[in-house]
Amino acid sequence: MKRQMTGAQMVVQALKDQGVDTVFGYPGGAVLPIYDEIFLQNDIRHILVRHEQGAVHAAEGYARSTGKPGVVLVTSGPGATNAVTGLTDALLDSIPIVVLTGQVATFLIGTDGFQEADTVGITRPCTKHNWLVKDTERLSETIHQAFHVATSGRPGPVLIDIPKDVQFAEGSYVEKPKAKISHYKPRMKADIEQVQDLVALIEKAERPVFYTGGGVINSGPGASQLLRELVDGTGFPVTSTLMGLGAYPASGKNWLGMLGMHGLYEANLAMHGCDLMINLGARFDDRITGKVEAFSPGSHKVHVDIDPSSINKVIRVDLPIIGDIAHVLEDVLKVWKSRGRKTNTAAVRQWWSRIDEWKSANCLNYTPSDTTIKPQYALERLEALTKGHDRYIATEVGQHQMWAAQFLGFEEPNRWMTSGGLGTMGYGFPASIGVQIAHPDALVINVAGEASWLMNMQEMGTAVQYRLPVKQFILNNERLGMVRQWQELMHGERYSQSWSEALPDFVKLAEAFGAKGILCKDPKDLDDAIMEMIEYDGPVIFDCLVEKHENCFPMIPSGKAHNEILLGAEAEAFVGGGALV
Amino acid sequence: MLMSPLKIEKGASSQSVYALRDPNSEVEEKHTLAVLVENEPGVLARVIGLFSGRGYNIESLTVAEVDHTGHLSRITIVTKGTPAVIEQIKAQLGRIVPVHEVHDLTVEGPSVERELALIKVSGEGDKRVEALRLADIFRANVVDSTLGSFVFEITGTPEKIDAFADLMRPLGLREMARTGVAALARGSE
Repeated sequence: MKRQMTGAQMVVQALKDQGVDTVFGYPGGAVLPIYDEIFLQNDIRHILVRHEQGAVHAAEGYARSTGKPGVVLVTSGPGATNAVTGLTDALLDSIPIVVLTGQVATFLIGTDGFQEADTVGITRPCTKHNWLVKDTERLSETIHQAFHVATSGRPGPVLIDIPKDVQFAEGSYVEKPKAKISHYKPRMKADIEQVQDLVALIEKAERPVFYTGGGVINSGPGASQLLRELVDGTGFPVTSTLMGLGAYPASGKNWLGMLGMHGLYEANLAMHGCDLMINLGARFDDRITGKVEAFSPGSHKVHVDIDPSSINKVIRVDLPIIGDIAHVLEDVLKVWKSRGRKTNTAAVRQWWSRIDEWKSANCLNYTPSDTTIKPQYALERLEALTKGHDRYIATEVGQHQMWAAQFLGFEEPNRWMTSGGLGTMGYGFPASIGVQIAHPDALVINVAGEASWLMNMQEMGTAVQYRLPVKQFILNNERLGMVRQWQELMHGERYSQSWSEALPDFVKLAEAFGAKGILCKDPKDLDDAIMEMIEYDGPVIFDCLVEKHENCFPMIPSGKAHNEILLGAEAEAFVGGGALV
Repeated sequence: MLMSPLKIEKGASSQSVYALRDPNSEVEEKHTLAVLVENEPGVLARVIGLFSGRGYNIESLTVAEVDHTGHLSRITIVTKGTPAVIEQIKAQLGRIVPVHEVHDLTVEGPSVERELALIKVSGEGDKRVEALRLADIFRANVVDSTLGSFVFEITGTPEKIDAFADLMRPLGLREMARTGVAALARGSE
């Protein structure tokens, strides 16, 4: 017998059946029936954010640190439009998010009712899929379908728009196993012939490189394990995009560091000079490729991706393999082992000696200072003092984000939350809240710039309300650092609108919210201050005043090739000026 | 049907003088795509939004439900782009959740394409007679007539309709409505 219930009850029931334990949200007129049901139960915890954008980023942080979909509940109109940035962020970074929005009653749709917006119209291009449910009978099944779509294939955000009368009306509940998950069944396993072709390439390659991306993380922890086995087995060097950090451990012997616009010299030159590039779940983003025509000119390119539209979108590849990374890696390992674990050892050894030369450029070198805190130094100390902890790092967007990617090491997947594709300033703080909710005992740090951090600073209220000990590690240069850097290097040092003349006193700001504030401006005090931050049981705003005019190197200027990478003065002095190759 | 974006088939393009299409070619080709979609609200907006959002061309687009019980609609799109862009369009279409199948009729084998147009021509005397005579040659039907005008109904390839319209222009073409291309693969499959 089918269970009869109201639409609002269905929402809560369906979330429970999907294993949801946490919802990030903000109430409003058009979702009140659902909030009423949330009030009447104890299985699902609702986290009240301070802005809907914060809800979506928090759900993203939750999703990325757990591998489970993040769930958001917001009201119609402004509630939905405020969620748009988060949805777009999740779409570009392939993060599974289910957003439930209230909508005006069906009979009011199209009348410009109060807090009415065409939510499915507005969010169509920034969701993987979305639904307007006009009939309570269809509601529970749609929610089950939404979870299926969000989490299968290439993950992404979905949205369900639920008019208020649909929430009030009664209908019959469709259980999760009975829900038709339609025809949407993305392909997981690749053709075995292609896997064999890849193994043949691996056996012959003289200058191979693994180029890994967020797809390895999204494929689950198993994919990271298989990647490690393949990389260590073959002895090939491995680099990763910003999104893929942690899939291969930073302490691993084959690790080259991140590649791309602010990637490491050795990683970018290895990409440029390789003869076999094995792309695992990355998408040849423009921050990775630089000038497309000059991208890795002499290599045979293999691209493994679950999304067929990623193949040949930017870079034409020689061997496309459509499938889930874990499934493909498992097959590759099986075939490679069965054929005798062969590689071109002598050539690969030679390749490594070239790479080691590039490494000796020490591209992350910077000029230390006794008087001002260099941002790189701050991150080196943060890394040293937090390494042993059960640590999760979120970031905002800008110079600090790139420095964090360069100077912090990630040993495990799902430990690194950053807005890669969309580059959303204001992402990190709410994301750190989502991570802390999912991992209450972990050390969660948001490495931030002061400008990004201010974009969602209202979430201090959330952090304090739920006693979340998130650490806001703000590298404060009183500038939009990355904008300033580009203006210095590419716009004749005309610093148009790239600094703030009215920054808050972050210590007082923390105290105003009932949190702890720490100010540090002397490198000699830094270690003690960081320890104080770590040891404090509660949210901390750490205002770290850093060098104001530091540039982030290496840097591949936009539109240039990998071998036109710019190094900082310190590193260039070391290799005798200019980039090699 | 699973798409294989890289499969380059023999004679893939009528515009190419070579048996194989060069994937790096910068020459734009016209392709007719048949897209089978779930007949649900917003699905057409998704398809059109994909084309506008990613900067692809739509030369013609038709849509109608073709399977009432199966809840399926067929969208026929004529688009233009380099081979790489066409492959990308197909892959992007295939990624839309309510899209069931994407067929490139231009590549997959011989196909028939037809379009219907209604063309209003007004004129008198010799011009009126000439319009009627040409309509006969083109096998266009008269579906409305007054003492000073005709509405012709013509079916054929887009090129045939273009040719007919060009001939009608000096004879007093007033207005034209076209359905866009409908297309099917030839043969029993």
